Amino acid sequence: MKRECFAETGFLGAAVLSASLTALILIFMLFLGFPLFRGGCFFTLLTTPWNPDKGLFGIYPMLAGTLSIVFLSLCWAFPLSLGASALISVIAPTGFAKFCKKTVQMLTGIPTVIYGFVGVFLLVPFIREMFASGSGMSILSASLMLSMVISPTMILIFTDTFESIPASYSAAADALGASPVQKLLYVILPYSRQGIFAGLILSVGRAMGDTLIALMLAGNAVAVPGSILDSARTLTAHIALVIAADFDSIEFKTIFAAGLVLYVFTTSLILLVRIIGGMGMKNR
Amino acid sequence: MRLDIIKRSFILTGIFISFFFIVSSIAPAGTIDLFTSEKGDIKISGGTAHIPVMKDAAKQIMEHNRDIRISIAGGGSGVGIKQVGEGLVDIGNSGRKPTDDEIQKYGLKLFQWAIDGVGVIVNPQNPVKALSKTQLSEIFAGKTTVWKALGGPDKLINVYTRDNSSGTREVFWEKALDKGEITDKANVVVSNGAMKTAVANDPYGIGYVSVGHMDNSTAPVILDGAEPTIDNVKNGSYKIARGLFSNTKGEPKGLVKKFIDFLFSPEGQQIAAKNGFIPVK
Repeated sequence: MKRECFAETGFLGAAVLSASLTALILIFMLFLGFPLFRGGCFFTLLTTPWNPDKGLFGIYPMLAGTLSIVFLSLCWAFPLSLGASALISVIAPTGFAKFCKKTVQMLTGIPTVIYGFVGVFLLVPFIREMFASGSGMSILSASLMLSMVISPTMILIFTDTFESIPASYSAAADALGASPVQKLLYVILPYSRQGIFAGLILSVGRAMGDTLIALMLAGNAVAVPGSILDSARTLTAHIALVIAADFDSIEFKTIFAAGLVLYVFTTSLILLVRIIGGMGMKNR
Repeated sequence: MRLDIIKRSFILTGIFISFFFIVSSIAPAGTIDLFTSEKGDIKISGGTAHIPVMKDAAKQIMEHNRDIRISIAGGGSGVGIKQVGEGLVDIGNSGRKPTDDEIQKYGLKLFQWAIDGVGVIVNPQNPVKALSKTQLSEIFAGKTTVWKALGGPDKLINVYTRDNSSGTREVFWEKALDKGEITDKANVVVSNGAMKTAVANDPYGIGYVSVGHMDNSTAPVILDGAEPTIDNVKNGSYKIARGLFSNTKGEPKGLVKKFIDFLFSPEGQQIAAKNGFIPVK
């Protein structure tokens, strides 16, 4: 009894600590970004370009860069992951499915920087020669590599969801003479909507928070990207690039704006997707 | 590049972690022992290119002796000279030699502890190995966009530049581009090493690195007839270079003198070299 009580307090403490850390980070950024709010220039920052030589410190190009890279990487990764997990949990024979799953599990453990190397030395030259436009360091390269980074997690989450459908549903579909593909389309996918959303949320968060891939592969140009072959800079890469500036400079202060935007963006995205996910559950 | 990037990501996480943990390390013995029984403050401001070296030096000294506090501010060379002249700071850094007027007016003592040279590099495969300053400015401003116009292949020029906090960028911008525009389409890399890797891998790339960083992986570009080498920087025939100065008002005394001495010591010179500058000793 005593031990139970002890464990309960312990877990409560851990939960409170991790939850309060999230809040503390927000407070920390609000505090350090406060001069920007007081000056009233916070929202101007979000819409203006970055050119410190001319006194412009806006982060609009980075916003555009982040959004395009994240969106594009989801465009590659989502169908790929959905297909791969359908293969693993429904279509492929057991042995092959197991092999695929083990491989994917191994992929989740590879550090991002390794993908970065591979991108710099293989993907970037390939893209450069293939499209003959620019240096190959582009939104396209970064999003392709980023989709490699986020896919394994997405695949594992999808697979787990697919495999967690109640045995009675599966048995009913089998009894009605459904083929594996029919079972996937009419039973598993509708049932897994929540899990698919969860996987998507986590991937968006991961893609948005990733710094190294974009820093190494996207080119970091401060122009607003006009095509997916253009070089672009993400908010995270921007923070990494500017943090070396001296602490008193305006450049340094604006990275708190970038940090806040990232924070608010990820949070609201998660909330939004949660709400949509919740509605989906009710309608079913 | 790999190490640099890994290092940078470590620095990032380190900054946040260090809010919770105080990291202590043991400083190596040597000139640093001079600081053992000292106590007090040193205020430094001025040239932003100096900041990494100043920070590293300050870190070593303050870890060695916690009674010493060293504050480092930026502001630029002009601010550094002005503030030290008016006695607001103990050391005013400048990335240029203070003018004779300034030296006389404030009674400045100059200490040049490193030289910073910056050279243009291209991929070794690129046949364009010499440029004039005008051609260079037009490339970086985004006006010349194909190598063909300069006698190279019929390919687009990929311009690489550095982030704004880079000292290398500052010298290059001031002396090679005469403060001309750098196109916002330019790819931005995070260090001298990253610049080298980027240009070494991009047959149509052009960038600039600290002369000390040059090696066979990239080809130096002869600019207005002068090749960027350490020797040419030292004898003054290659112009895109400058001394890194730390200035004091009158002869430095006590702790400030020890700090300047530290910059000229093997440890200090090593810090300068590590940050991509040519040490003077």
